[in-house]
Amino acid sequence: MNSKPRNKLPEALLVAASLLVAAGAAIADTESIEEKGFAIAARSDRSDNGFHNSLVELKMVLRNAAGRESTRSLAIKTLEKPNEEVGDKSLIVFDSPADIDGTALLSHAHILEADNQWLYLPALKRTKRISSVNKSGPFVGSEFAFEDFTALELNKFTYKYLRSEPCGEFTCDVVERTPRYEHSGYTKQVSWVDQSIFQVRRVEFYDRRGDLLKVLTLGDYRQYQDRYWRAHKLSMVNMQTKKETDLVYSDYTFGTGLDEGDFNKSALRRIH
Amino acid sequence: MCADGSELLNSPARTKTPLMHEAMKHPITTVARYLIGTSLGVTCVMPVLADSEMNFSGFLAGEARLFTQTPQFSGQLDRNEYSLALQPELRYEFNDQRVTLVPFYREDSLDEERSHFDLREFNWRKAGDDWDLLVGLGRVFWGVTESRHLVDVINQTDLVENIDQEDKLGQPMVNLALLQDWGTVGLFVLPGFRERTFPGVRGRLRTPLPVDTDNPVYESSAEDSHVDAAVRYSHVIDDWDVGIYYFYGTGREPSFIGNGDGTRLLPVYSIINQVGTDIQWTHEAWLWKFEGIVREGQGETFGALVAGFEYTFYQIAETALDLGILAEYLHDGRDETAPPVLFDDDIFLGARLAFNDTADTAVLGGIIFDPSTTEKFFSLEAERRLTDHITTELEIRVFSDEPADRLLSSFSRDDYIQLTLAYYF
Repeated sequence: MNSKPRNKLPEALLVAASLLVAAGAAIADTESIEEKGFAIAARSDRSDNGFHNSLVELKMVLRNAAGRESTRSLAIKTLEKPNEEVGDKSLIVFDSPADIDGTALLSHAHILEADNQWLYLPALKRTKRISSVNKSGPFVGSEFAFEDFTALELNKFTYKYLRSEPCGEFTCDVVERTPRYEHSGYTKQVSWVDQSIFQVRRVEFYDRRGDLLKVLTLGDYRQYQDRYWRAHKLSMVNMQTKKETDLVYSDYTFGTGLDEGDFNKSALRRIH
Repeated sequence: MCADGSELLNSPARTKTPLMHEAMKHPITTVARYLIGTSLGVTCVMPVLADSEMNFSGFLAGEARLFTQTPQFSGQLDRNEYSLALQPELRYEFNDQRVTLVPFYREDSLDEERSHFDLREFNWRKAGDDWDLLVGLGRVFWGVTESRHLVDVINQTDLVENIDQEDKLGQPMVNLALLQDWGTVGLFVLPGFRERTFPGVRGRLRTPLPVDTDNPVYESSAEDSHVDAAVRYSHVIDDWDVGIYYFYGTGREPSFIGNGDGTRLLPVYSIINQVGTDIQWTHEAWLWKFEGIVREGQGETFGALVAGFEYTFYQIAETALDLGILAEYLHDGRDETAPPVLFDDDIFLGARLAFNDTADTAVLGGIIFDPSTTEKFFSLEAERRLTDHITTELEIRVFSDEPADRLLSSFSRDDYIQLTLAYYF
């Protein structure tokens, strides 16, 4: 009986302490929405570190609202730049339609500035430095913009953790990301990153007016070298026009021996 | 031995070591890659050339040129012009090497000089890590501007194809390119000269007297066997793309003299020394361009330049359309003993519309005019893909009427509308 008053103080302390902890946690939570969002994106992005270079062939299937299809086939070579403040280099070479066979796009990506880009036109053997300030227009008539499907650099966005929720067979962290690039075509993107292998499963793109523009679904993830995950089917649906584009990837090749020289402007004329 | 699938998929694969290393770590993946390689239709039939690949492509194009006026000169036929062009392209790759064969033939209904054959490319190329070597008939393009390709000096113009001078004849060459961190050095030895093609007596878009391409006059006693040479340095520094070169040899542009009976012009090819530079500054939606040359050997030493910009408005009015505005100033300081040039002090204004649609629809229109005279030249080119294999192209060219002492007067009655339908394979 006597013990009760004696316990009062510790109990009060405990309540106070737990309140403090709760308050502290609440503060930590508001602080860490961004940190948590960044951490989720970073874990996903960095799971990819160290791949050095890769080569992949893909088919791009364009479908209009009436369901009429046309197809392009292309190959993408990528050279990883390990420094997260420097963008990767990529070379896209078209194989079909036949009239653009051998046409190539070389990009030296930058994080916050416009990329360096060159277009190679094999019929004239002409290499043109092109303006890359606008990366949000349709890429070769597809629903993908150039900024959608090239290497998504971690530092191109700021992040905000929204929630976690089931997504298909996985549980996903839902992270909002805001492009830091001033000429981006989007005000924000919302991405679903699974908690199992930390890969992006779905992205919603919001246009400059803040309306939902496109939804990207990524699937058929396959692992290479026991490490690197790559999606082999990407479907982009334009919610405003109902047009769709699928990217269907063949198997990736890593350790191809590609180096800086293959991503040199002067090497473009080797293509055709 | 037959290489594994990824090697085949992967041509030109440069280094085998990392792949072999991976293969030893993952034998199952290697087998899988082999299966994938073959299932994609890359077959390994020649054990000696495991890393090889044959590629066959090209086009067949039908063209109709409708002239809106009767011809100006005697001998020219008052008819529309129809032609058929075939250009198969064969590429055979093995190891880091490639053999390319691109023959071209056009059969023309109007002009026997426009019915012609050329080997656009017939060469062997070997690519190293920081160099590549090309031996044979090849094509090289230098330059950045749109209204005139002033610095593009290696290949001879196939003028009967189009007056825009973008079609070129295959040039015999040994070309070594050294790709270094501090820039690219291109070394060219050019054994053998190709004569410019000119329309025949019946053809349109020609000089008042037709050019006799059978009797060219050369300054060099070696005639068309003079060995020309060029060296070019080019580099990219952030927003700047810069090239500079020196060329010595038979100038690709001829001047003309009358033949004995005054019925033909004979092309005269002189030995020239030329330095040239092409510079582009790319900043946001701006492309600022400059091309300049100084040439010695055709009359007084002279300079010429093309300078201007291209600015693009992206996704205009919230559509997918991009609109580019082009403006260039053309100046050429040559005297009358040098080869004639149409645009010596002119302004080019143009617009490029890219629809960014599935059909890759694009339109480029422009006008070149001389502010000090009435000379004007209008051009419109539009193209569109009809199916995965068929494209169509529309070209309209209009020339202002000029008094006979002006060079452009030769084309005054040659306004035309050209429609091309091409099948790519």
